[in-house]
Formats: sequence, structure tokens, C-alpha cells
Amino acid sequence: MSVVSAQQLSKTYQSGDVAVQAIKDVNFTIKPSSFVSFVGPSGSGKSTLLNMIGCLDHPTSGVLKVLDQDVAKLDRHAAAKFRGDHIGFVFQDFNLIPVLTTFENIEYPLMMVQNWPPQKRRERVMELLSAVRMEDQARKRPDQLSGGQKQRVAIARALVTHPRLVLADEPTANLDHDTAYRIIELMKSMRDEFGSTFIFSTHDPKIMKEAEETFVLEDGYVRNQHNSREAAANA
Amino acid sequence: MLNTFRIAWKNLLRYQRRTILTSLLITVGIVAVLLFISISGSFKAMMIGQITDSMLGQMQVHKRGYVSSIDNLPLHLNMPPRMKEKARQALAELDNVEAYSERVKFGAMFSNFTETTNIRLNAVIPEDEARTAPLLADRIIAGKKEGALLSKGKILVPEIIAKGLNVNPGDTVVLVANNKDGSVNGLTFEVQGVLEGISGPGGRDGYMHIDDARNLLRFEEEDVSEIVIRLKNPGQLEKTFARLDKTLSQYLNKQDKPAFEVHTWDKLSPFSNIAGMIDMLTLFIKIMLVSIVLISIMNVMVMAVYERIREIGTISAIGTRPGRILSLFVTEGLLLGLVGTASGTIISLIIIAVLNVTQLTFSFARQDNLVLAPDISAPEVLTICAVVIVVAILASVQPAWKASRMDPIMALRHV
Repeated sequence: MSVVSAQQLSKTYQSGDVAVQAIKDVNFTIKPSSFVSFVGPSGSGKSTLLNMIGCLDHPTSGVLKVLDQDVAKLDRHAAAKFRGDHIGFVFQDFNLIPVLTTFENIEYPLMMVQNWPPQKRRERVMELLSAVRMEDQARKRPDQLSGGQKQRVAIARALVTHPRLVLADEPTANLDHDTAYRIIELMKSMRDEFGSTFIFSTHDPKIMKEAEETFVLEDGYVRNQHNSREAAANA
Repeated sequence: MLNTFRIAWKNLLRYQRRTILTSLLITVGIVAVLLFISISGSFKAMMIGQITDSMLGQMQVHKRGYVSSIDNLPLHLNMPPRMKEKARQALAELDNVEAYSERVKFGAMFSNFTETTNIRLNAVIPEDEARTAPLLADRIIAGKKEGALLSKGKILVPEIIAKGLNVNPGDTVVLVANNKDGSVNGLTFEVQGVLEGISGPGGRDGYMHIDDARNLLRFEEEDVSEIVIRLKNPGQLEKTFARLDKTLSQYLNKQDKPAFEVHTWDKLSPFSNIAGMIDMLTLFIKIMLVSIVLISIMNVMVMAVYERIREIGTISAIGTRPGRILSLFVTEGLLLGLVGTASGTIISLIIIAVLNVTQLTFSFARQDNLVLAPDISAPEVLTICAVVIVVAILASVQPAWKASRMDPIMALRHV
């Protein structure tokens, strides 16, 4: 059984009068609880692929199944529900809600997406705060946190709903190398602790080698599928 | 729902100055509307009360054609006893009638033996008139106020004539009048008191006892010009009018047309036009309030959506349903409306209370020292509040709808 499977997956955008094929006949599968990276230069299609896996976008052709759900068959409302139930997101710019505290940012999906009762919400958020070692920052707002701390909060928010899949689009791009490395380590430990599948995109060779499996994208094609050490060596 | 309110409230506090300014705008609008309604409403109610309680009553019954000729005070259009009796029977069937007064209205020459002028007179049964127009006694500014409103052989002189002819209580005056047949008769009367003039028809009329008028006019029968009616509950005026009109309209004259005509006070007084204008102004002010709320909240919410596009993309990506996003922004608009409405209402009620305590006075037409006593009913306040809150919600719907329909990918890319 796979968490994600793509068969002859393509995505074409219309840019003015020009049709731009961002993803071209891609085939791959991702196993449960794996730690996977998509690598490639800017414009290679990494974000497009992650958007489709995250049910934010539909394929133009081919089949993309996420947790056995055909993404193409989800309408806007169903896709939102599916994301809320099964997928966590970590963004390059952290995308924390500025008016909410660390605690409230992590609590948000439980409160506004999954409607958990307050006591259960509190317990779960405290568990995640502890897991990302941010208990002492619970009352701070995002503008009072460093980049690394913000991304820890974002990871906790992504994991708080027990998602089976976490998607992270360039999660280390806005962080210095040491912090980036620690964030990847944290994501890996979260995978180990919670069993979620992590898929992240990066163009940093040092970061990509931390993945257990790496898909290299070039001009919309998945050229190679390596273990991470090989990919990093070839990058 | 409580969570949505919590997040919405935090979002409003994000731009405190904008939120305060918008709430302030709504507050000022609410205060303006509630104060205008309370002041104009109390002014209207006071003037209507003065007119109906001291002069017109809430309804009047006449013989058909009398009102259109009322400037001439035509004696030949008086109601003969048989008509009067039918009107009395009809009034007896109405629960809402508190009292009625039968009047003979006529014009006469008024003389203090050295000068002469015209006078319009209402000849009344004093006890009935006092019950029907209870504020009439308050208009007596000189002379005896205690006891009967009027005694036989005495007359209440309007202020304008008393001043013009230098007539005082206790003086003897002569009234000369033409009767129905055109013959002239004159009688002397003692001035019992001087009546303060008020605006509107009959506001400068004198009063005398109905028996004196019948002697002066040499009535062979006990005709009356009009029957003035006071209601127990003026709020039921239209309903009572409809019943009385229906009952009396069954009596036909020789031309097979209704023998009676029934009028409500507003058909007899030009003040009804002023009251109508006040109502129009109130409506206009309400429309302005709705516009202020609509434009200010819509403006704030459009800005809020534009400034938070990436945030909308984020919450949409992590699974917030479109309906929840819509409700979040609508709740922000609702809260803005609620805050403005609550503060505006509280401030208005405080100002109304202060105005009532300070007892400010004002003048209107020939009346001075009218006390400003603003008052507003709870249903009126609740209606205004409900309208503002509904408009606040409606103003938020379009921006909220736009936010809920946003493509998360485009929103996340927004810089």
C-alpha cells in the first residue's frame, strides 16, 4: 500500500496564450511513514507536484492517488475536508497567523478545522509544544519568535491533527544552514514519533541527503529516483 | 461558533485604529439616529398631545360637508338632535371612547363697549369638555382656574383678543351673533378667564357654555356643530375610527350619501404635515445610518480580505472549509456592528437620560417654555439595533464570500 501514487501524471498551465506543461507523465509511489524529498531547480515542478499531492490543485491528466483517494475527483469542499483530515502543511514562509500566539496557532486546525473539544485540544497542543520543544514560547506571538522557532511551530501545527501525510514546500529555504538542519532533524524525529509520511521539497544538497528517498525533478520530469546519498552526490 | 467569534475578535484587534474608527463611525450614527428619533418623537408626541388634549380630541364627528365649510362656521350644517342621538348611540358601542364633547361652533362680534372685533367661539358642556380636552384648563393664563371650566353667563376669551381689546377677567363684554335665519341677537357676558393661544385650528377660539350659545343663537332645537371624541388608547385610533365610520356611514341623507363625516385629528390639523415631515426626516436619517454602516464595514472588510490573502490561503490549505472562512469574515463584520451598536445605544440612552434630568425648554410657534423630554421606546431601539447589525452582516458578506472562494494556491503566492 502507498501513501501517494502517481501514474502518467501531467499538469499543464495556461499562461496567456501559451500552454506550460509543468509536470510531464510522472510516475512514482511513496510508502507510508517514509521521509521523502523532491529536489530540483526553480521551475522544475516541485511546488506544482506538492500542490497536487496536497489536493490544492488538480492534475491535467493521469492519476494521482493520495491515501487511495483520486485527487482529481475531489471538488473544492471535499478537497478542503480531505486536507483537514489527512494532510499537514509546512510552508517556506512559516505562514503563522500573526494575531494568534504559538499555542493558538497550533490549536487552530483542531479548533477551526476538526472542531475538537477544548480540553482535548489543550492536551494535544501541549503534547506538540513539548515535541517541538516550544513549551516556554507558548504565549508568544509569531513576531516574537526567530525563524527556526516559527518553523517549529509550523511543524507542530502541521502534525497536531494526526495527519497521515505532511507536505513541506522548501521548509528550510528561509533559514540558516544550522537551523535548517535542525528543522529537518525535527521533522524526521516527528516522523519517527508520530508515524506520518513527510514529503518535502528542497534544492539544498545538504538537506536533501537527510531524506530516505529523493525524487529529482527536471523540466517537469522525474528523472531519477535515488536514495538520498546518491541524489546529494549528483546534485 | 464561539471559536469563530474568538478568532474574529483577535483579527479585529489586529488593526486597532481602523476598528476603533469604524466602530466610532457606527456609534456616532447610532447616537445621531436615536437622539433624533427620541427628540423629534417626543416633540411630535407633545405637540399632538397638546392639539388633541386641549382642542381637537382624537376624532371628530360632523354633519356631512361641515369640515369643508368650517372656516365659515356654518350653523345650517349643524347636527340636529336626531343625528346627534345616532352619533351618541354609535359612540356608546365603542369601548375605546373615554369621553366626548358636543360643541356648537359659531362666529360673533365681540365688544368691550368701546371696541369691537370678530371672535370664534366653541360653546360646550363644561364637564364634558373638561373630560374630552383635559389640557384646556391648563391654557387658562388669567382668571379662575379652580372649579368648573366654565360657568353659565361667562366666557373664556382668547389671549390675542384679550390683549387687543384690553379685556381682563371680571370684565363685562357683549357678544352679537347671527342665528341660522340671519337675525341678530346680542347678550352680555362676564370674562371668566383668558386662554393661551396654541398653534392649529381652534387654537385662538373662545369658549362659553352651550346653553348660553343656544340663547344667543335662539336655537329652537339642541343642535351641535361637532362631537369631539377622546380615546382611552390613542394607539387604537385607526381601528376605532374605522368602526365608527362604518357605523355612521349607514345613515344616509336625502341625497343618499352618508349623513355624517368622521375625521381623525390629523385630517383636521396642519400639524399632521409637520408630523409627516418629521417622519420623513427620521426615515432619511435612518437611511443615512444604514449607508454609513454599509459603506464603512464593507470598506473595512474589503481591506481586511485584501491584506490577509496569504493568510486566507494558509487557513484554506490546512483544511478550513470555505463556509468557515465565510463565517469568520462575516463574524468580524458582525462584531464591528455589535460594538458600534452597543456603544452607540448606551451613549444615546445616557444622553436621553441627561436631557430628561436637565429639563431643557424650547419655543415652538407661539408657545414658549415647552420642556424637551426626549423618549424612545424599547421596540424602536431594538429595531434600529437589529437593522444596523443586519446591515453590518450584509456588508461583510461580499468580502467574506470572496475570501471563501479564493484559490489557495493563488492566495499563498500573493505577496
